[in-house]
Amino acid sequence: MNLEVVQALVLRHVFLYTRNAVRFVELIFWPTVQLLVWGFLTMYLQENTSGDFPGLVTFLIGALILWDALFRSQQGVAISFLEDVWARNLLNVFVAPVRPMEYLAAACAVGFLRILMTGALLAVLASFFYAFNIFSLGFSLVPFYANLMAFGWCLGMISTACILRWGQAAESLAWAVPFLVQPFAAVFYPVSVLPEWLQPLALALPCSHIFEGMRQVMSDGVFPVRSLVWATVLNLIFLVLAALVYLRVLRIARRKGLLTRFASQ
Amino acid sequence: MAEATLEVSELTKRFGDFLAVDGLSFGIRKGEILGLLGVNGAGKTTAINMVLGLVEPTSGSVKVFGEDLARHRIKILKRANFSSSYTSLPGNLRVWQNMLVFGKLYGVRNIKEKMDELLELFEVGHLKKRVTGQLSAGESTRVNLCKSLLNEPELLMLDEPTASLDPDIADKVRKILRKVQRDRQMSVLYTSHNMRDVEEVCDRVIFMHKGKVLCEGTPEEIVKSFQEESLEHVFIRVARSGDFVEELGSGDGGRTTPGDS
Repeated sequence: MNLEVVQALVLRHVFLYTRNAVRFVELIFWPTVQLLVWGFLTMYLQENTSGDFPGLVTFLIGALILWDALFRSQQGVAISFLEDVWARNLLNVFVAPVRPMEYLAAACAVGFLRILMTGALLAVLASFFYAFNIFSLGFSLVPFYANLMAFGWCLGMISTACILRWGQAAESLAWAVPFLVQPFAAVFYPVSVLPEWLQPLALALPCSHIFEGMRQVMSDGVFPVRSLVWATVLNLIFLVLAALVYLRVLRIARRKGLLTRFASQ
Repeated sequence: MAEATLEVSELTKRFGDFLAVDGLSFGIRKGEILGLLGVNGAGKTTAINMVLGLVEPTSGSVKVFGEDLARHRIKILKRANFSSSYTSLPGNLRVWQNMLVFGKLYGVRNIKEKMDELLELFEVGHLKKRVTGQLSAGESTRVNLCKSLLNEPELLMLDEPTASLDPDIADKVRKILRKVQRDRQMSVLYTSHNMRDVEEVCDRVIFMHKGKVLCEGTPEEIVKSFQEESLEHVFIRVARSGDFVEELGSGDGGRTTPGDS
């Protein structure tokens, strides 16, 4: 892997964001709106219920911030690809000496940068409005973020593969794919809430273990070794599978001449 | 014979039932400009896309600098480049930012000097700090050409490079391209629907029809063999009666020189 190539591809996105402040709206606006709506709703519910669930605010705000990490990471990969499609630049990149894995690595790096920005913003806002300290998760915060970012990359690769295969008609998948996973990912409720037949599906997702782990840390203060091991192992499997799917679809795209249609769309 | 930069051998591409390129073979020598001509749907874009590695051939091979494209794609692409009037550089970046990004992608050293030199050469140096998306079509095409020369390619593929230029700028661009090509002994694969372009720029021309080579030669040889006034008249004749012309030469392995028939 040529790091200079990866750096150049990341630089293109850095230029994009630093050149136009409006670009930051996407990174700032929606996460902020979500945090405010969910946060105030949760506070309202907690104040008006019997108080059986004292950790409700922290559980939901924590879940919201961690979910955003997964979502931003997925978006980093999928939107990086779409930026090239929208700019009719895809052919210029694909005829340059760029290996598919370098292209993916750059997209993943963009995902990481997006997480850093929105993560920091949400942490500050949550602290200010709800006295929620994300750092109360302690050291486990690092593997939590790393695992969610990795799973976001996987979903991003799958979204990109779908767009490559089915063209811009499938563009909405860049936003939809994470939400296809969300109901089964135990983000805002434990896996045990799901019907029994759905639980194996939830446990097959790396992010479910992270959200379970987060609730464990918040309620018991215990470092969730078991959850993290499961999440890491599953993520490694998902990363390999997602990369294979992406490479396979890229091969199909070359065989069917699908890459070139992005030049004229 | 000069060293071959590009060797295309029995290249075939089938999309389902549609045969886009049918056993296409040609080569480009070092320092030669080859024009690939044909009506819309003749198969030239598919052929170029296969040479660029964007489309995988159904059969046949592409060798660039003596190496198989399928196996040494990255190594080959470092020494080649491409410009098309149908692709754009990211419109939301400034010209210098695009040049910097592509310079780094191609591993160019002294990017800044190269960028300045090329932008000046194509008379767009004053646009360096402009947003690429705000350039006129002609300016954008010239910036695109600068990008395509950043890595001093030994093989350059140009897909209708003067399509959006006014006659004055098109003339300048042709002259600059010709000069750069001669100075650097660059091989160029050139497609255009502008026959004046082709006559002025190309050393040799291949006419494609229905995915096959219909005829091949210098622009003068082709005009003479068709007994027409100009390449434009040849193009029109091929467009209107390509099947007839093909039939005349069907005994010659698909390569026809109508004057011989």
